[in-house]
Amino acid sequence: MRIELVRRPQHSALFSALSPFIALGLTLVAGAIMFSLLGKNPVDALYYYFIDPLTGIWDPGNRWQLHELAIKAAPLILIAVGLSVCFLSNNWNIGAEGQFIAGAVAGSFIPVLFPDFQTWATLPLMLIFGMAGGAAYAAIPAFLKVKFNTNEILTSLMLVYVAQLFNDWLVRGIWRNPEGMSFPGTIRFNEYAILPQIWPDAGRAHWGFVFALVAAVAVWFMLSKMLKGFEVKVLGQSPRAGRFAGFSSAKMVFFVFLLAGALAGLAGICEVAGPIEHLNEKISIGYGFTAIIVAFLGRLNPLGIVAAGLILALTYLGGESAQIALGVSDKAVRAFQGMLLFFVLACDTLIHYRIRIVGALATKAGEATQNA
Amino acid sequence: MKTRFLTLAATAAALAFGTMAAQAAVKGCWVYVGPIGDFGYSYQHHQGLLQAKEKFGDELETSYLESVPEGADAERAIERLARSGCNIIFTTSFGFMDATNKVAGKFPDVKFEHATGYKREHPNVSTYNSRFYEGRYVQGIIAAKLSKAGVAGYIASFPIPEVVMGINAFVLGAQSVNPDFKVKVVWANTWFDAGKEADAAKALIDQGVDIITQHTDSTAPMQVATERGIKAFGQASDMIKFGPETQLTSIVDDWGPYYIERIQALIDGTWKQQDVWGGMKEGHVVMAPYTNMPDDVKKAAEEAEAKIKSGSFNPFTGPIKKQDGSEWLKDGEVAEDGVLLGMNFYIQGVDDQLPQ
Repeated sequence: MRIELVRRPQHSALFSALSPFIALGLTLVAGAIMFSLLGKNPVDALYYYFIDPLTGIWDPGNRWQLHELAIKAAPLILIAVGLSVCFLSNNWNIGAEGQFIAGAVAGSFIPVLFPDFQTWATLPLMLIFGMAGGAAYAAIPAFLKVKFNTNEILTSLMLVYVAQLFNDWLVRGIWRNPEGMSFPGTIRFNEYAILPQIWPDAGRAHWGFVFALVAAVAVWFMLSKMLKGFEVKVLGQSPRAGRFAGFSSAKMVFFVFLLAGALAGLAGICEVAGPIEHLNEKISIGYGFTAIIVAFLGRLNPLGIVAAGLILALTYLGGESAQIALGVSDKAVRAFQGMLLFFVLACDTLIHYRIRIVGALATKAGEATQNA
Repeated sequence: MKTRFLTLAATAAALAFGTMAAQAAVKGCWVYVGPIGDFGYSYQHHQGLLQAKEKFGDELETSYLESVPEGADAERAIERLARSGCNIIFTTSFGFMDATNKVAGKFPDVKFEHATGYKREHPNVSTYNSRFYEGRYVQGIIAAKLSKAGVAGYIASFPIPEVVMGINAFVLGAQSVNPDFKVKVVWANTWFDAGKEADAAKALIDQGVDIITQHTDSTAPMQVATERGIKAFGQASDMIKFGPETQLTSIVDDWGPYYIERIQALIDGTWKQQDVWGGMKEGHVVMAPYTNMPDDVKKAAEEAEAKIKSGSFNPFTGPIKKQDGSEWLKDGEVAEDGVLLGMNFYIQGVDDQLPQ
């Protein structure tokens, strides 16, 4: 007896809807086994992991956790929404991390170099510069791809390290806070350069989360209702067909890279002008890379990405909550996060394939139908 | 469904509070930047937690978060601990400075202790650090006595004052034995990355150094030194297990006494804001046993250690010249703590350009 995967003629709408829930169920079972093996009560563990960070929905005393969820999810959603357009058009921009940093640096130059420029225009200008910085940085791999046919996976990835080192050089060198005891990092931004919090009384979530939601809806609208979105998908699935329709691949490369770069740059400046309040060398912990997971977890659909970003953010918060409440190690909660991602991606197989259990005798018949 | 959740939540809350009420007088919490299994910096802080736990027994409840990133996540991690009922929170890395002060402003009844920082924006924030440079001076003496090449390799993490101070102290110790002694520095740009640290060690050995010291936290350099048959110094904890024939000594960060003292102060109601920079004298910096060296070298090291411990000698005592040859400290002049804590220059004898 063996198990076979048989390709479905069409992808299954039923499993499209069901697979995330199957994945969640499998994660819960596997997680419960893991936590039991660690000697922890699995029900408690799962409660702290998935429910405790959300208790703010009904318990005002815990509302701060929802804010933290929004803070954590905002950069992931912003970046992933941009990446989804890249990936749909078959442009493999994996350098969002670099574009994130480029945006943070480009937006930070105003409060760092002109700390006395304090007007209502300070923050909007910073956001615009942040987007422009990210877009300009993303234009490099786009230009190289269009002009020299270089592989954008390599160029965009390598530019991540360039951005990291450049930022590191800035905050240790010419942008270093003179009163910072020689530690890396710029001066703290003035109050006009700080992204306001949405409901300061309840928690510290900032407007970056609203930008992320707006970006997701706008890009969803473009992809599903506008000609541009059609163009993205046609060129992604069949460049030849796109050419017959009069769409330009070269323009598309620039369009998607600039869009993704601008959104990553916006995420970057929101992160430094929001929770961190100054530029330093540790502004990102790999948001640009995690966002790739978020983009695929959301099936490259901007609205799905909002959900995926929130879920991934939840696993970080839940991980901490479980560490404190139960004393499980950081390694265990990361393994659990890995299981969740694994099951989600594995269950997506069910959309395109169906599982058939083949008995020893039936094998021949099975092969016959497969060949037919 | 919603009521089910509510009951579940209520039960869980009751359970949580129920266990908390197990008459622990104080809840102490720690935030680590690395994994507690790094056998270096975070490991040592965790050893401090365990010492405190042993001392106070049921009086003390503890909690910790490990591998907390120093960006936007730090504030959430610290706030979560503050909300979970911690009475005193030790944030053990420089990058937690702003986050610690922000959360401290929101929770005036919780005491915060931030390691290696300089900001105390609220009365409930103290800072603490250790004078590791004292140990590095002793290591410099040992290195200069043992090295045949006259060059030691130094694996450094980031060009911050703490690290620059350590390099300078090492060089001063070495120069007190051999004025021509040189130190080669490799910046690994990480606190904990076994692969990078091992590469740095190999590069240094290939350049002809015959002793290695490190200001990064993994045991990889010790293991590379063992493979290549040279000697090395451990970092943060006693790494003798990883190089029984290799380790000369190690600077052990012993945070336990400080943690016990502060928790005791909290219990007694005598906790006050302070800025502590303890060294060998206070027992915060401890040298691991001197091993794999001849007796005369061991004796020289012990003498230097005793001198520093008694408080009669500071490694940063003039005359000392900066790298460019200009005078820094006059004969007999002792460096001020403020200058050391912001140190961003090399002294003469360091074979490297300080990344600026």
